Amino acid sequence: MTNKKTFSIGGIHPDKYKITSDCPITDAGLPETVYIPVKQHIGSPAKILVKKGDKVKVGTLLADADGIVSSDVHSSVSGEVTKVEEVEGEFGYLESMITIKVEGDEFEPSIDRSDDIVKEIPFTHDEIIEKIRSAGVVGMGGAGYPTPVKTSVPDNKKIDCLILNGIECEPFLTADDRLMVEKAEQIVIGAKIINKILGIQNAVIAIDENKPLAIETLTQITKRYIGVNVQICKTKYPQGGERQLIKAVTGREVPSGRLPMDVGCIVQNVGTVFAIYEAVMKNKPLFERIVTVSGDECKNPQNFRVRIGTPASWLIEKCGGISDDTAQIIFGGPMMGTSAVNVNAPITKLTSGILLLSDRLSHKEPEQDCIRCGKCVDACPVGLRPFLIARYTKENMIAELRDINVLDCIECGSCAYICPARIPLLDYCKLGKMEVKKTKK
Amino acid sequence: MDNVIFSNVIVLSAIALAAAIILYMVSKKFNVIENPRIDEIEKTLPGANCGACGKAGCRNFAESCVKADEKSFQNLYCPVGGTAVMQKIAAVLGYSAQEKEPTVAVLKCNGTCQNAPAKIAFDGVISCRLADKISVGQSGCPNGCLRFGDCVKVCKFDALHIDPQTGIPVVDENKCTSCGACVNICPRRLFVIRPKGKNGERVYVACSNTQKGAIARKNCKTACIGCMKCVKICPEVVVENNLSRIPKSVSASRYGAELAQNCPTGAIIYKPAHKNEASDDK
Repeated sequence: MTNKKTFSIGGIHPDKYKITSDCPITDAGLPETVYIPVKQHIGSPAKILVKKGDKVKVGTLLADADGIVSSDVHSSVSGEVTKVEEVEGEFGYLESMITIKVEGDEFEPSIDRSDDIVKEIPFTHDEIIEKIRSAGVVGMGGAGYPTPVKTSVPDNKKIDCLILNGIECEPFLTADDRLMVEKAEQIVIGAKIINKILGIQNAVIAIDENKPLAIETLTQITKRYIGVNVQICKTKYPQGGERQLIKAVTGREVPSGRLPMDVGCIVQNVGTVFAIYEAVMKNKPLFERIVTVSGDECKNPQNFRVRIGTPASWLIEKCGGISDDTAQIIFGGPMMGTSAVNVNAPITKLTSGILLLSDRLSHKEPEQDCIRCGKCVDACPVGLRPFLIARYTKENMIAELRDINVLDCIECGSCAYICPARIPLLDYCKLGKMEVKKTKK
Repeated sequence: MDNVIFSNVIVLSAIALAAAIILYMVSKKFNVIENPRIDEIEKTLPGANCGACGKAGCRNFAESCVKADEKSFQNLYCPVGGTAVMQKIAAVLGYSAQEKEPTVAVLKCNGTCQNAPAKIAFDGVISCRLADKISVGQSGCPNGCLRFGDCVKVCKFDALHIDPQTGIPVVDENKCTSCGACVNICPRRLFVIRPKGKNGERVYVACSNTQKGAIARKNCKTACIGCMKCVKICPEVVVENNLSRIPKSVSASRYGAELAQNCPTGAIIYKPAHKNEASDDK
């Protein structure tokens, strides 16, 4: 095997709990109603184009991107629009959503529904960008940055490295893992498409060493494609972070306050790359994604292909429902995901998993005094001093917080995970960042 | 032996004398002439350095007062000291002080544990500002009090406390200086500075929820539903975004009791006047 790489400073090794890594992706089916939020990305919400009573098909444009940093939103089902108003979202706040009552399963005629793998890329640079834009593809790793913006590189910057992020370092989640096993060739073609946009010839697929099946499948397939290589990485959290991955794969460090573009790298999640393949080759807008439903309280953990807008509760019901011992339901991964207030909230383009956790895993011990062990400093992948951030945040010392670069925190939660005094360091870091940003304005 | 002691004393005295002369000369040469009135004014100020006046501490406020002419002096006001302190400052400067009604911070939410019961349990959340980011809060009201007490932590005058019975902060009228720290820290902007009223008599809407009545009432018994009943009693009351607002100009003694009695949800709170001004009655 080739040498295994990893990033140099910090990192932790949480328990993996990858219980669904052998479960094939199954189609979740169609719920009775879907709720499609108009804001599933970073930037301004999309402008709604439909009204109550409109008939839509799968892939119909529901809302149009408003501005450059925004994204189109498409219908994931066929049926009738019953409501265009604010519905309670994942956090309990009202969010603007389009409610569609499902009738049948009729697709827009332009979508290619066959399973054939199209290998030739006959499109030009501009055509590809336009196809990705009109398919509403956003970064599916969690941030939701619109992909066309991320792949449009300004003329003065030169990209020489494309990294496909197949790390999935969060415990429990296996959506990307299964996607790499089952849609390996499509992902490699997707990488070639991005290559064509960037005008380069090489791509690196970075995979954790704890995904042997994905590594094997992709190594076999990449033999047939020149320029695409698999890079095995040591399992460590948060290797899936953009900056950490660049450091691991290329050895380059993205300076504070700069973008990966500045060091000649572009990182794309494998889920995004698959969505790009489908958008360009199959004319398929982003209306479904892979979601892992798991957790130690989940009776029947599975990987699903889910239509965007499906209520999470409906998906949980398919896996055996919520048991009495479930203490917390998390959207996303256990390290960086958010605790859901409303279980009826819909799956968005960014929901990589739904986790049902018992009290044992979700319980927070009461905070004790810092014993100055320095474990948080060792664990921080950015090289910050979380104990100091906590101290300054408590005392509301904004200038000092800025001086110790609190804004570089990636909110990975490694410090809070490792702290033997159970200090909620992540909360303090988030609060400190908020305060610093507030005074900046 | 004696010689050694004598010589030591003489040498050290000489050094001390030389140092004293240098210090004296330096202090004369680099003397900063400061207006003595700054010190005089600073003495009259409360000395809390709270920043409520908009200046960086009491000293800075005193400097601004001295610098100000008669007209711009009217824009300076120490909310903590109130009119009494301003009159003293004006006397020092020879200006006339403006009269301002004493004010107090008022919580525009009555989402107590009883009125708006908790639906979800938080585990180890450290601050309201963070809780506001991650969810609507325990009661489910997107505009209501989160009950984690950021305002209590920020209050420099010990005027705010979380009532263990109700879970929401209570303002101690006698201690509150209306410095505005709680107004700025609350992520949901639930505090407003209102006139204290004669003998503490005042009327206000204790709700900030702008949702439609039916939705608001699901989460909280005392939510304002924008029913307009208060407008019929007193036409000065404004209802915007399903939320009633009683302007400061509405006379509490004339309308207060009637407004509070007729509010169907009890969102309007009327505080009657103290019988004895010195009493500690909340």
